[in-house]
Amino acid sequence: MSYIAKPKVSWAGQERNSLGLTLADYEGGLSTLCAGCGHDSITAALVRGFWELGLEPEQVIKLSGIGCSSKTPAYFLSGAHGFNSVHGRMPSVATGAQAARRDLIAVGISGDGDSLSIGFGQFAHAVRRNLNVLYIIENNGVYGLTKGQFSASADPGSKAKKGAANRNQAIDPVATAITLGGSFAARSFSGDKKQLVPLIKAGLMHPGCAVIDVVSPCVTFNDHEGSTKSYAWTRQHLHATVEADYVPPSTEIQVDYDDGAHTDVNLHDGSVLRLKKTDPDYDPSNRAGALDFLEAHRARAEVVTGLLYIDPDLPTFHDIAGTSKQPLTQHEFEDLSPGADALAELQKGLR
Amino acid sequence: MTQRFHHANACGMLGKTALGGPTAEGATMKPTDTRNPDYFHKVVDCQWACPAHTDVPEYIRLIAQGRFTDAYMVNRESNVFPGILGRVCDRPCEPACRRGRIDDKPVAICRLKRVAADHKEDIRARLPDVPKRKNGRKIALIGAGCASLTVCNDLVPLGYECTVFEKLDKPGGLMRSNIPAFRLPARVLDEEMDYILDMGVDLRLNSPVESMQSLLDEGFDAVFVGSGAPKGKELDIPGRQEADANIHIGIEWLEAVAFGHTEAIGRKVLIIGVGNTAMDCCRTSLRLGADDVRVMARKPRDFFKASDWELEDAEEEQVEIVINRSPKKFVVEEGKLTGMVFEVMEYAIENGRITDTRVTGEEFLAADDVILAIGQETAFPWIERDIGIEFNQWDEPVCDRTTHQSTRPGVFFGGDAAFGPENIIWAVEHGHQAAISIHNYCNGKQVEDRLPQTMNLGSRKMGIHEWSYSNYFEPIARRKMEHVPLTERFRELDTEVELGFTAEQTACEVERCLNCDIQTVFTDSLCIECDACIDICPTQCLTITENGREEDVGARLTAAPKNPDQPMYISDQLEQTGRIMVKDENVCVHCGLCAERCPTAAWDMQKSILGIPYAKDHDVMPIAKVGS
Ligand SMILES: Cc1cc2nc3c(=O)[nH]c(=O)nc-3n(C[C@H](O)[C@H](O)[C@H](O)COP(=O)(O)OP(=O)(O)OC[C@H]3O[C@@H](n4cnc5c(N)ncnc54)[C@H](O)[C@@H]3O)c2cc1C
Ligand SMILES: Cc1ncc(C[n+]2csc(CCOP(=O)(O)OP(=O)(O)O)c2C)c(N)n1
Ligand code: SF4
Ligand code: SF4
Ligand code: SF4
Ligand SMILES: [Mg+2]
Repeated sequence: MSYIAKPKVSWAGQERNSLGLTLADYEGGLSTLCAGCGHDSITAALVRGFWELGLEPEQVIKLSGIGCSSKTPAYFLSGAHGFNSVHGRMPSVATGAQAARRDLIAVGISGDGDSLSIGFGQFAHAVRRNLNVLYIIENNGVYGLTKGQFSASADPGSKAKKGAANRNQAIDPVATAITLGGSFAARSFSGDKKQLVPLIKAGLMHPGCAVIDVVSPCVTFNDHEGSTKSYAWTRQHLHATVEADYVPPSTEIQVDYDDGAHTDVNLHDGSVLRLKKTDPDYDPSNRAGALDFLEAHRARAEVVTGLLYIDPDLPTFHDIAGTSKQPLTQHEFEDLSPGADALAELQKGLR
Repeated sequence: MTQRFHHANACGMLGKTALGGPTAEGATMKPTDTRNPDYFHKVVDCQWACPAHTDVPEYIRLIAQGRFTDAYMVNRESNVFPGILGRVCDRPCEPACRRGRIDDKPVAICRLKRVAADHKEDIRARLPDVPKRKNGRKIALIGAGCASLTVCNDLVPLGYECTVFEKLDKPGGLMRSNIPAFRLPARVLDEEMDYILDMGVDLRLNSPVESMQSLLDEGFDAVFVGSGAPKGKELDIPGRQEADANIHIGIEWLEAVAFGHTEAIGRKVLIIGVGNTAMDCCRTSLRLGADDVRVMARKPRDFFKASDWELEDAEEEQVEIVINRSPKKFVVEEGKLTGMVFEVMEYAIENGRITDTRVTGEEFLAADDVILAIGQETAFPWIERDIGIEFNQWDEPVCDRTTHQSTRPGVFFGGDAAFGPENIIWAVEHGHQAAISIHNYCNGKQVEDRLPQTMNLGSRKMGIHEWSYSNYFEPIARRKMEHVPLTERFRELDTEVELGFTAEQTACEVERCLNCDIQTVFTDSLCIECDACIDICPTQCLTITENGREEDVGARLTAAPKNPDQPMYISDQLEQTGRIMVKDENVCVHCGLCAERCPTAAWDMQKSILGIPYAKDHDVMPIAKVGS
């Protein structure tokens, strides 16, 4: 919380994107989260990602459930559409929004509580239907908004603020997404925008459901010694694998990496996801390999980050459900509601 | 949970232990030494640019609180003449002001100074006490201009007996004789001169010093030369002698007007030169009956010496400024000046520099009078050249930039007399520095033995989200000074043109100040690298990144650095990753949001207080033991 709002200041030489907009044009209201909350950093990474891609704010819809994390859509892209739904129900609302407005770029913001407890089923089906949404889980290992109870992502052994150790097993959203047949599964850390911003851009441009689990320390309830979701612990146990960067269509591709191999993943619109591997043997298109890798590093208490699995060719929700290419808002009323006669006609064919 | 360290990652998150300090000599950037007073001083752009280092943001805040007398005294400490300077200062602070980098127009620093002077209460009780018992040291000062008077201001309260010799019959120097009363009313000048003269200065008017040798023979302990740069430059072109009756040297003519010796001028007047003197000459001509006044400039506007606001004020009065005209000759018919012939110039300009000059023709302009305003110089015909005071090849006194001492110990130069014509605020600063030297000299200390500036910091935190300064960024534009209407302004020679700020204008303008002296102070050991400060900063000043070579760090900043003249803060290694916090000071608006957002108070907003040593701060032997 702050007494003064972040002022809109412009100055000579301020950077502008391809639309002539400044970074500030992609911001939202002032955050009411605790100072130092990882969620605010993710917000800033989203602002930068949208700005760098040069997307029109009004071309975007932000969706969320309930939680500190789910409050964050209010803090970026104030020019976008938005729906702050009920606890764990962001995927249903996102599905409806995409069915009606395929032209909008959907970004769903959820928390580890929102997606791995009450909304676990919703999360699972959004992933397996390959819903066209960037699905961000702001993962702090606790229910921040309700004052720090362990969530389903809390590691066994991790300590609560008052010292009690967690005795339940943890759900890893990345491994879960891969198991469920997800097409894009990534993990990052709120304190590493260098990795997170390109991942967000890649996720926004990925045609299907792009899940990014972002470790996002809760400064108030889960940043103490003994916690495995603190800034310090996360930094000490990070293990980066595959960096992803988005290369827009018709950009001349320059090979400017001086070390490490890179692989290009071609998307249908002609753009490219450029993957740079820090673990040379890692193959992000191998489902079994990815799960194996995650498991091996989990056992070593390492937080594996990067784009861990990708398959851009899986059919998406739109392909499968045959959603209307034209937004429903742009159809004539008669087309949307052709009347009882038309219904009777349709039913006749089904008898 | 095992605490294992794993550094094999590519995103640069190397642990501090793995980094192990700089990789090679000079390869990484060194942490900023904020104990050096210059670091935070530089951030206060206005104060840094002010020759006397006036604490601008502090007095602006005092004005905001309606504490005009306090604001005046903060000014007076360093610049001695706030009422005068609040009207006519050359204001080097304004082009430097950070606000100018935000919305193009600096804070009206100078106008606000006048607000303090206009609304203050009687300040006499706050002036330093002058000891009844003198210290036995006698100082001679030549010229009663601002330089000499500043020396008196600093030395009389220390018990010195100061005798000022002035050629004219009034004190004030060029402030009285040349700066026109419509810019600087005599009452303001008198008031601020009197604060000093009334301390007990022995002012000898109508007393030109005609021989330095004889003055030295009178046995003064030290001599300060504050005689200004009194010689106006000549224009030796054909017709100069024949037309002499209607050709005037700018500074002499202004002096004649100021003292009532000249009361009229012809209708058509040409001013040669386009500096500040030219602006005063053209505007004064309008008040003495001229109605067709042109200022003739040899070069295009970008090369003018006059300040923008002086040009604007002249043009508002319908003075025409003619560019690219080089004087060729004076035209005289029947023994009287009828006009001038100019060469029409054309320039090739590259990157703001003239690379080629061409004359494309000639032009005659009719004139009844011509005023030469092409510069002034020092002149010391009264200083013998064999008394140990050396002069350089341009016949200027050889004098030290810091101590102001000439090659003859005990003789000091300051103001325009020292290094050629400058302005009032420089003359004041010279006065302060010369006073320190004189104080040292008279007490057997080395003149070079000077105290350094100091810097103190104090937190401005009041509560979790509260600061004891107005930290909100006020987007309002610079307020415009109201002028006396054109229809009324020329009736009297001494009608002050600028009306001063209204209460409403003042209330807005003070909020435009960005409080640059409320510094962002960083404690690296507290930072948990959460990025909150970086994300909240409205002007993208902050970055946490790996240390490296300067150009590499520069390339990784949140916003590319735009102003190489602005300081860049570099922290020591941060605890968790060994990276560094970098702050580009260029467009920080001192909103305090970084400190407000920081969960660990690694950033704090602290007021920097620059300690400027004056003569009084230089310890010498107790005065009572000397002489009398
Ligand atoms: C037309 C004009 C306009 C200006 N406008 C501005 C302005 O708006 N703002 C600004 O900051 N500056 C302005 N200046 C410059 C400013 O006036 C000078 O820089 C400043 O006055 C210098 O102060 P000083 O004390 O060194 O000398 P001066 O003010 O020149 O005072 C020197 C004094 O010494 C006296 N003197 C000289 N020789 C002797 C002698 N042998 N014996 C005894 N007395 C002697 C002179 O009579 C004079 O009184 C202007 C200058 C001119 C010419
Ligand atoms: C249906 C329902 N059940 C319970 C709650 C109480 N509740 C609010 S937020 C929250 C957990 C949020 O945790 P998470 O999604 O991890 O968000 P965080 O605050 O940690 O970012 C719960 C259980 C609720 N709002 N609605
Ligand atoms: S904004 Fe205020 S403190 Fe900063 S340079 Fe300008 S006047 Fe000085
Ligand atoms: S005070 Fe802090 S947040 Fe505000 S502009 Fe300066 S660096 Fe940025
Ligand atoms: S907000 Fe404070 S703790 Fe967080 S990065 Fe900035 S200085 Fe460090
Ligand atoms: Mg949570």
